[in-house]
Amino acid sequence: MSSEFFTNIGLSHYLALAAVLFTIGMVGIILNRKNIIIILMSVELILLSVNINFVAFSSFLGDLTGQVFSLFILTVAAAEAAIGLAILVTYFRNRGTIAVEDINMMKG
Amino acid sequence: MTPFSFALAHSLPEAVLAIGALTLLMLGVFRAKDGRDWIISELAIVILGIAFILLFFDLKSNAVIWSGSFVDDAFGRFMKGLALAGSIGALVLSLDFMRREKIDLFEFPVLIVIATLGMLLLISARDLIALYLGLELMSLSLYVIAAFDRDNPRASEAGLKYFALGALSSGMLLYGASLIYGTAGTITFDGIAKAMTGVPSIGAVFGLVFLLSGLAFKMSLVPFHMWTPDVYEGAPTPVTTFFASAAKMAAVAIAVRIVMTAFPHVVPQWRQIIVFTSILSMAVGAFAAIGQTNIKRLMAYSSIGHMGFAMVGLAAANEAGVQGVLIYMAIYLVMTLGAFAAILSMRITGTYVENIGDLAGLSQRNGFMAFCLAAIMLSLAGIPPLAGFWAKFYAFSPAVNAGLYPLAVLGVLASTVACFYYLRICKIMYFDDPAKPFDRASPAVTGVLALSSLLIVLFSFWPGPLVSAAAAAAKSLF
Repeated sequence: MSSEFFTNIGLSHYLALAAVLFTIGMVGIILNRKNIIIILMSVELILLSVNINFVAFSSFLGDLTGQVFSLFILTVAAAEAAIGLAILVTYFRNRGTIAVEDINMMKG
Repeated sequence: MTPFSFALAHSLPEAVLAIGALTLLMLGVFRAKDGRDWIISELAIVILGIAFILLFFDLKSNAVIWSGSFVDDAFGRFMKGLALAGSIGALVLSLDFMRREKIDLFEFPVLIVIATLGMLLLISARDLIALYLGLELMSLSLYVIAAFDRDNPRASEAGLKYFALGALSSGMLLYGASLIYGTAGTITFDGIAKAMTGVPSIGAVFGLVFLLSGLAFKMSLVPFHMWTPDVYEGAPTPVTTFFASAAKMAAVAIAVRIVMTAFPHVVPQWRQIIVFTSILSMAVGAFAAIGQTNIKRLMAYSSIGHMGFAMVGLAAANEAGVQGVLIYMAIYLVMTLGAFAAILSMRITGTYVENIGDLAGLSQRNGFMAFCLAAIMLSLAGIPPLAGFWAKFYAFSPAVNAGLYPLAVLGVLASTVACFYYLRICKIMYFDDPAKPFDRASPAVTGVLALSSLLIVLFSFWPGPLVSAAAAAAKSLF
């Protein structure tokens, strides 16, 4: 591989990577039949793909706003994960399982 | 006036809620015995009331403050008034319920105040960061209070479902925000409007779709409505009241603000999305509610349908349409609070019940409650001369004037189908054999029920104040 391949990484490469990560996160939430922890991981993946987008755009546009936005996203993602795990713990105490297919007390 | 005091004067309600929430938290931590509620709920109602009154001090001016990320205008004040009224109503209704169910912990009113603060920030957001932070402040508090009855498996399942789907929706919203930032080069709504003219690029259209999908989750529009019935059924009833009233107001407000101020030059692009979700929501709201036996679940499908009706006004994309949405949301708020007050009056020998069958023959046991609930149900169905009819009238006529005939016709057909299940409740209350009698409801719950049915009837005779306030609010967006 030539060294040009590594130096010519442009905006579109970052956007493609972010789009792939975002899609993996989405598919992880929708197709996952096993474990709620995997949903939490997929949500993190989605938020991080958004961060890649913001930082790439910020660098490309020469505008700092995108990087500020990504710092806010990181902070909120931490709070979101904490709350998600707390709800997961109360759910596990009540039901003794965290399998996705068992979350079916209410339907219709 | 210094810039700082000017900015503070225009964001006083938010400041009051922020300081009030922290004070209540301290009071609860240091003074409440065993974490019980004590008087925190009452103080929270007072704080929300003060914020509500502060909205009325300056009704004329518009101000862009806090480095351009916050706007104080008539539209914001109108929707903030509705959100605060919804929060106050939900807290008043919660007082008796939380004590009887033994979940009267002081965190509940504190979380309600923090969620309301998030709503106010969301309604006043003028750039994407403020939008995201307001939305998350609201949503994170809502996830917790959905699972507030933590020893109840249904409530924690509701919280878990709401969290998983809510987190997914904020991820989609953010992805859309990042694409819009990349294509427009700015995050302020005005800047986005300037950058997006003519035919938008494919990236901008993708961003718009993701952004609106994220907001549609919060408004529970089809196809992003899956969480609504389960969360409404599983969460404690006062929490459901809060979701159905205040949270809906904030989500609709920001959706209206962002499409009208950030995307005014790409109306054909977002109108397709609004029309599509609106038609599907009205259809699901009309048909899926028919087979329900749980009244909270029925109200969930009813709210999905009503959000669809409100979006008919937004699809018109003009001042009259926004006015229609505002009137619709105000009337929907009153009807929702009344309906949930009635649900909170359904208590048999100390246990809260939720089946529609428990209402059988209510007219013979409690004629007053049956009359109020019947008025609310007929209003939700949109039967003239009650307020619900005028709400639909103000939302549909701008759509007709804008040439969206198929949308308006489908809306009227859906509301005809929806009449079936509202009228079925009236029929069960008035013509079925009486079931077990309900316990005496608390004065606060009966008061909310009576007040909301009074307002529903009164609107037909005295629509002026609401209509003119909504007109002034809609004008400030253009």
